[in-house]
Amino acid sequence: MAEYAVELRNVWKRFPGPGGEVVTAVKNVSLQIYDGEFFALLGPSGCGKTTSLRMIAGFELPSEGEIFIHGRPMGKTPPYQRPVNTVFQSYALFPHMTIGENVAFGLQMKGVDKKEIARRVAEALEMVRLSGYEKRKPKQLSGGQQQRVALARALVNRPEVLLLDEPLGALDLKLRKEMQLELKRLQREVGITFIFVTHDQEEALTMSDRIAVMEGGVALQVGTANDIYEHPNCRFVADFIGETNFLDGTVAEVDTDKARIDLPGGVSLWAHTPQRVAVGQAVTVTVRPEKMHIRPNATDVNQVTGYVTDIVYIGTDTHYGVVLSGGQTIRVREQNYSAESRLLAREGEAVCVRFSIEAARVLTE
Amino acid sequence: MSAKKRSPWLTLVSILVYFFLYAPIIVLIVFSFNASRTNVVFEGVVNQGPCGPFYWYCELFRNRSVMDATRNTLIIAFTSTVVSTIIGTMAALALQRYDFFGKKVSETALYFPIVTPEIVMGIGILVFFSAVFGWINTALALAPNQRLTMGLGTVIVSHIAFSIPFVTLVVRARLHGFDDRLEEAAMDLGANEFTTFRKVTLPLIAPGVLAGAMLAFTLSLDDFIITFFTTGPGATTLPIYVYGLLRRIVTPELNALSTIWVLVVLIVVAISQWFQRRE
Amino acid sequence: MIQHIRENRRLQGFLLILPAMFVMVTLLVIPLTLTVITSFGQRDADGNVIYTFTLENYWRLLGFTEQGWDDLYLRILLRSLWLAVQTTVIVILMAYPLAYFIARSPEKRRNFLLFLVLVPLWTNFVIRIYAWVMILRSQGVFNSTLGAMAGLLNVPFQPLDLYPSQTAVLIGMVYEFLPFMILPIYTSLEKIEPSLYEAAADLYANAFRTFWRVTVPLSMPGIVAGTILTFIPVIGTFVVSDILGGRQVILVGNLVQRQFLDARNPPFGAAASIILLVMTLVLTLYYTRRFGLGEEIAAG
Repeated sequence: MAEYAVELRNVWKRFPGPGGEVVTAVKNVSLQIYDGEFFALLGPSGCGKTTSLRMIAGFELPSEGEIFIHGRPMGKTPPYQRPVNTVFQSYALFPHMTIGENVAFGLQMKGVDKKEIARRVAEALEMVRLSGYEKRKPKQLSGGQQQRVALARALVNRPEVLLLDEPLGALDLKLRKEMQLELKRLQREVGITFIFVTHDQEEALTMSDRIAVMEGGVALQVGTANDIYEHPNCRFVADFIGETNFLDGTVAEVDTDKARIDLPGGVSLWAHTPQRVAVGQAVTVTVRPEKMHIRPNATDVNQVTGYVTDIVYIGTDTHYGVVLSGGQTIRVREQNYSAESRLLAREGEAVCVRFSIEAARVLTE
Repeated sequence: MSAKKRSPWLTLVSILVYFFLYAPIIVLIVFSFNASRTNVVFEGVVNQGPCGPFYWYCELFRNRSVMDATRNTLIIAFTSTVVSTIIGTMAALALQRYDFFGKKVSETALYFPIVTPEIVMGIGILVFFSAVFGWINTALALAPNQRLTMGLGTVIVSHIAFSIPFVTLVVRARLHGFDDRLEEAAMDLGANEFTTFRKVTLPLIAPGVLAGAMLAFTLSLDDFIITFFTTGPGATTLPIYVYGLLRRIVTPELNALSTIWVLVVLIVVAISQWFQRRE
Repeated sequence: MIQHIRENRRLQGFLLILPAMFVMVTLLVIPLTLTVITSFGQRDADGNVIYTFTLENYWRLLGFTEQGWDDLYLRILLRSLWLAVQTTVIVILMAYPLAYFIARSPEKRRNFLLFLVLVPLWTNFVIRIYAWVMILRSQGVFNSTLGAMAGLLNVPFQPLDLYPSQTAVLIGMVYEFLPFMILPIYTSLEKIEPSLYEAAADLYANAFRTFWRVTVPLSMPGIVAGTILTFIPVIGTFVVSDILGGRQVILVGNLVQRQFLDARNPPFGAAASIILLVMTLVLTLYYTRRFGLGEEIAAG
């Protein structure tokens, strides 16, 4: 068995655009997806994530590069000969067939015998908790139920890899949360590699073992949820995943894995440097709001002063907007530990914002 | 549009329009029981021979020319419908789903017959077939009884030609809202292109294809002008036959024929409705 | 080969359109080209076509003959045009209320009401005109009904001389093409969102203004489609005028037909049919440019 369930090697995809120009949807993407992994392709619309998924499924062929499934190059293999199945965003349930016929379709195509089909269809529907719906038509089901039928229809074929294209996009928030957990449960149960396309960062963080963040056809960063949240490698990733503060400045002093950065307005701070930087280089420092404190008893190295401009109380936390002496605006999030938690500052009050060296991260791109 | 209060004037006007649509049909049916042979004035209900009031209906079935014309009309309609539905559906698929060299030109070419007066097309086809047949007949020096002439073949071919654009139009309208993902889903589940078409695409566009076929059939049954120019010996259709009769004397047989015609159509529609209900 | 077709979508599309294009080329493009060629020809004494290049047939149609000015054919052209315009306008005026009535009927009943519109279409075109002969002739249904009513009211009655006449031709044309206007107008009316009427009412439009500013513009595609489906057949037919007009009403269609079949002058008939085609295309093009394409043709 090959090491990777799916591998994309230097894959490019170009389309003819509406005006005859060439649109490059995917630019030199290389990805390795491990067997049994729940992998997310995350990015805003038009970032190339769906095109990448469609190339794995075989609906599109790469303009350049190669896609391997369990080590086998896919080349021009048509979708119906690939060991993968897809759950479509719109579910694409056949409206002229019953639920049972929909789920049985793939097995019929494979020529599985009737008894076996009946058994496996029943099993698949039970797995998605839709036993007894065999005779209904897709139209008679709710969105969430249709979604689960689409899942059953794909999983019943026991694909080597399951591809999911924004499968929860059409559901309302509460149902989506339920289905996220349900999908995670299913994936553990069947042990199949799931590749999942989404534009919802929270969804990606909740469900995936690893995430590839894509933008403009490029895979910017691949890593675990923790990796990309705590150690973003560029401004786009830091910004797209969760909330963060950006402070632009220049490198004033370099130590082994940290540097002193001067901000406009005479403020300077120490930040962690994952990449090598040089004195005088223009960089951006990113600090997550929950890692900054205006609590007086905090003892962090970095201390910047400013005025509170607005306060938003959201129950678990209180958010403070602070404008620094250099004119930059930052947001600070303080957790409300106990029922007695009170405001730590008032609007217009001068405060000192503190954070650790490790919380501040230097980004060069 | 919602069902809302309608002004009584609107209702009255609508009833009058319906009356206008049905007056000739009612007259046709009533006169099929006319005692007078000349069919000008209604002289009471006919009661003659073994068929009694249905005298003209019995006469009709004894009339060889009518029976031949009916047979010709049905042969032409069936053949041209089957062929034009297949070709027209293929063209609709091509225009709606594919990009290819000469697409714009093809699209225009397929709209053209719809905006061309029938007589122009009829004349053109007449000129074309006379030229081609004349050329072949002389070139092969065919004996008079072997010569190619206008007939069932030319009528069928012409009907195919004018039906294709209408079939294409109707099927395209149906394809318009077609979700391409359904075909991808079928392929994803292991169906090859052919199976996908048979199991997914075709069943889903079937209502459109059926509507196109119905339209082609109706157009063919009803066509007079193009048939008029492309018909020949032994290929008289009902409209041509009736047109010929009008220049001589019309007996109530003709009314009997139209009455049966309407009844058959009503029964066919009722049956198809019943089937649709059951779905 | 198969593999090649499977991978090349352009080729697939091309292969799918091929049969239709073959039919269109052999039975439309080539025949029309031959008609154009014929229209530049002459005929010999036996009625055979001599292929030359002369514009004489066209000049004659436009009124310039060897004997001087003669507007006989020009008048035929204009009469056909005028009749087609009259028919179309009357058909729109009759079709719109009925289409509106059906569109505003309870949903369950709409299909049945539409079906009623279609039934007359399923009798035969020629038989339908013949029915009008039975109604309109001097001793026909119409006159005898009027006569009976006059008798009841004790007023003197002269049977109306309706058949054969130009009026009879107009009635016949209207009758033949009315359903082809009702269907597309209904289709476009049925598509209108009910909330648009509410929005119009909310924005202070009364019933009349709502109709004029919202309903009519939104049903334009239906009217355009219906007009195309009415105007073009009317301008080119010769059957209705032949049967209901006796020999009195001669339209372009009659002219073309007679030149080909009675007068045995195909070049002249071909020229007339080309003029008819050009006239139709120019008018259709102008009309669709002005009012948009009639997408609802498919509904007919």
